[in-house]
Amino acid sequence: MLEAVIRDAQGVFFPTMDQYVDLMESLWSSDYKFCSDLCGVDYLEMPSRKLPEGVKAERFEIVVNVTSFETRSRLRVRLQVQESNPHLPTLYGLYPGTEAMEREVYDLLGMVFDGHPDLSRILLPEEWEGHPLRKDYSVGRIPVQFKASTAIR
Amino acid sequence: MTARSSSKFIKRFRSSPLDESTATGLVGETSEGTQEMKTRNETNRVELEREEGQLTVLPEGIVLDHGDMDIEISEDETMIINMGPQHPSTHGVLRLMMELKGETVLRTKPVIGYLHTGMEKTAEGLTYVQGSTNVTRMDYLAPLHNELVFSLATEKLLGVEIPPRATWIRMLMVELNRISSHLMWMATNGMDVGSTSMMIYGFRERELVLSFFEKVTGLRMNHNFIRPGGVAADLPDGWYDDVSAIIDTIPGRLDEYGEMLTGQPIFRERTEGVGILTQEQAISLSASGPVLRSTGVAWDLRKDIPYLAYDEVEFDVIIGSIGDTFDRFAVRLSEISESLRIVRQILEKMPSGPYRVQDKKITPPPRKRIDESMEALIHHFKLFTEGIHVPEGEAYVAVESPRGELGCYLVSDGSAKPYRMHIRAPSFVNLQSLPAMLKGGLLADAVATISSVDPIMGEVDR
Amino acid sequence: MGLEDLSHNFLTGNIENLVKWARRNSVWPATFGLACCAIEMMSAGAGDYDLARFGMEVFRASPRQADLMIVAGRVSQKMAPVLRQVYDQMMEPKWVISMGVCASSGGMFNNYAIVQGVDQIVPVDVYAPGCPPGPETLINAILTLHAKIQNGEITRRKGTGAGISIGEVKRKSNVGTLAKKNTPKTVKIVSK
Ligand code: SF4
Repeated sequence: MLEAVIRDAQGVFFPTMDQYVDLMESLWSSDYKFCSDLCGVDYLEMPSRKLPEGVKAERFEIVVNVTSFETRSRLRVRLQVQESNPHLPTLYGLYPGTEAMEREVYDLLGMVFDGHPDLSRILLPEEWEGHPLRKDYSVGRIPVQFKASTAIR
Repeated sequence: MTARSSSKFIKRFRSSPLDESTATGLVGETSEGTQEMKTRNETNRVELEREEGQLTVLPEGIVLDHGDMDIEISEDETMIINMGPQHPSTHGVLRLMMELKGETVLRTKPVIGYLHTGMEKTAEGLTYVQGSTNVTRMDYLAPLHNELVFSLATEKLLGVEIPPRATWIRMLMVELNRISSHLMWMATNGMDVGSTSMMIYGFRERELVLSFFEKVTGLRMNHNFIRPGGVAADLPDGWYDDVSAIIDTIPGRLDEYGEMLTGQPIFRERTEGVGILTQEQAISLSASGPVLRSTGVAWDLRKDIPYLAYDEVEFDVIIGSIGDTFDRFAVRLSEISESLRIVRQILEKMPSGPYRVQDKKITPPPRKRIDESMEALIHHFKLFTEGIHVPEGEAYVAVESPRGELGCYLVSDGSAKPYRMHIRAPSFVNLQSLPAMLKGGLLADAVATISSVDPIMGEVDR
Repeated sequence: MGLEDLSHNFLTGNIENLVKWARRNSVWPATFGLACCAIEMMSAGAGDYDLARFGMEVFRASPRQADLMIVAGRVSQKMAPVLRQVYDQMMEPKWVISMGVCASSGGMFNNYAIVQGVDQIVPVDVYAPGCPPGPETLINAILTLHAKIQNGEITRRKGTGAGISIGEVKRKSNVGTLAKKNTPKTVKIVSK
C-alpha cells in the first residue's frame, strides 16, 4: 500500500491512476467508510506546486477526503488527472455518496468518470457549453452599465 | 349549457391570442434533457437502482448483486411526475421527478442547479478578506457557519492562532445561529405538515435571535462577521443581558412546541415511520448532520473532531433510533436545547482580551490608530486593497453546521486570492438520500420527508 | 326614479377608482422564493411584520391565483425560463417586485451563472434594494406598489422590456377603459 504524506497533521496520498481504485478499496476496508468530499482542482495556472518526489504534476487533480468514524480521523487522496485524457474511474461502487459530487466535478470541470451511472450535468443547464471552473473559462463578468432611467418619476 | 353555446361563450370571452413574446423565445424551455428522470427502458440498470434508493454497497460490505434486484415493472402501470422547481413545499427551487405507481413512489430523482450562483468561481476573484462575504450567502439559514469554515481554513493555511475571546465569540454566534436555523426549520416543517401555528411561532422565536445578530453584526442575515483572523467587532455593551434573555425565553416555548406537535395525533401520524433511512444507508450515502444522527450514529464534528473550543463545553450528541421523519424532528428539537446549554456555558466562560489577531498583516488596525499613525493607515490601506497573502498550500476543514458536515477545501498559490475554494455542502450531499427515504412511501408523505432533510438550495447549488 | 327614493346611504365614485381600490387591497403574492431574500420575504409574512395588514398574507402556490410575483433572490440562467413561465401563467393584472440586489442587478454575483437583473426577463414594477432587504424594506416596496396601483392606469401595459411601470403609461380618458381590457394584447402600449 502507498505511504501517506503527512501534511497539516493529516495524511495525504498521491496515488497514480492505476493505484487509485485499489487505494480507495483498501481505505474503505480499513474503516474509512464515510466519503466526506470529492472535488476537482484545475492547476492550469499553478504548474509548479509542492508535490512529493515521483509524482508528476498534471493539469487536473481530484481530491477525495475520507473519514473514519472509528479513529475519528480524515485522510486525503490527491489524484493527478491528465489534461489530454481526463478520464478516471468512478467511486460510486464503493462510496455511493460520491454520485452527486462526481457529477458536479464533471459539470464544472469536465472530468469524465468511467462507470458512473448517470453522468450528466447537475448544476448548469443542459445545453451549457464549457466547464466554468476551469481556469481558462472566464468568470463571465458583464461590465456594469449605468443607463439613465427612462421612467418618469 | 349546451356544447355549442359554451363554445360561443368561450369565443366571446376568450382573451386575445398569445402575443409573440410569450409564444416564442424565452418561454417554455424548462426541460433539462438528460438531467431528468427517464422511462425505465431508457435508464441503465445501476441508475435505476439508485433512483429506487437501493444500494449494493453498505458499510458491512456487498449486500446485493445487481442481478438480484427486482426492478421489472411494466411501464404502463407507472407514471413520472414532476414536482418543482417552483413548488411550495420543495423549500426553494428543488425539483423532484418521481415515478409513481398509483400513490406509491417507486423512483425519485432530484434535479438541482436552479440556484447555481457560481460562487466557487466568484471566490477565486475575491481576496481572503472579501471571501467571507461570498461564502456567507451559500447557506442562508446558517451564514455564520459558512463564514466560520472559510475563516478556519484560511487560518489553517496562515498558521495563526486566534485569540481566545475571538474563539468564544465565534462559538456564541454559531450556536445561536444553530438555534435560529433549527427554529426556522421547525417553522417550515410545521407548515409542510399542516401546522400553520408552528410556522408563525418559529418565526417569532427566530426574530429574537435575529435582533441580537443585528445588534452585533449590523445585519439580520449574511453577516460577514466572522473573518479570517477573528471577528469583525467586539460584542456590544449589554450583550450578556440580551443573550440571557434569549436563553431564558426559548426553553419554555420549546416545551410548548414539543407538546403542540408531538402531543397531537396528526403530526405523529404524518411523521412516524415515514421516510426511513437506515444507519448503513446513511453512512454509505455520506449523509451527515441530523439526517445521519437520526439513524443512531453518534457522529457530531463538534464532539468527534473538535474545533474552536467545543472540547471545553459540555453537551450531548442527540441521536435517534430508526431514522424516520419524526426522529429527524426530534433530533433537531433536542439540539436546540443542547445549543442553549452550550450558550449558557459560553456566557459564563467568555474570556476577555482582543477579539482578533494582533497581526497587522491579517487584521486591520483599530479605527483610532488610523487617525494617529501613518503606519497604521498604510496597513489598513494595504489590507483592504491587496488583502492577506496566504502561503502556498491546501487545507480541508469541516465544521458541524445545522445541516451536517460543512467543509471547505482551500488551495492557495501564495497570492491574496484563493486559487480554488470548494465548499462541501451538507445539503447537497444529503439530498442523495431522498430516493432511499421516499421509496415505497406515499406521495403525500414525500412533502414531509423532503422538509425533514432540510435542504437549503443556496447551499446545494452554490 | 331619483336617488332620493333610496332608503339607505350611498357613495358615489367612478368605477375606475373602485377597481383600483379593490385591486390595491388584495394583491396576492405568488410564492416565488429563490434564495436568501426568500427567507426575509417569509419573515415579512410571519407574525412580527405581518403582511396581513395589507391584505397580502395569502401567498398563493399556484401562479394562476396570484397577482404579484416577488422575485426574492438571485435568478440563475437555469431558473430564468422557469421564472418566465411562471410569470406567463399569472393572470393579468400582474405586478413584479424585484427583491434584493441580486434580482435587481445581479448584485455581487457578476458571473456566468446569474442573470444580471430580472428585468431582462420580466417587466419589473418596483425594485427593493438591500442584501437582503429587511422585511421593512419589502413592506415599503409593497406600499410603493400599492400607491402605483392606486394612481396608475387600470388597463395593463404589455411589455417585456426593462423597468416599465404602471405610472408611466400615459393616462387616457376613463371612458371605456374597462372595455379596453379585452383589447388584443399584441397592441403594445409603448412607454416613454
Ligand atoms: S440580494 Fe443578497 S440576500 Fe438577496 S438573494 Fe442576493 S445575496 Fe441573497
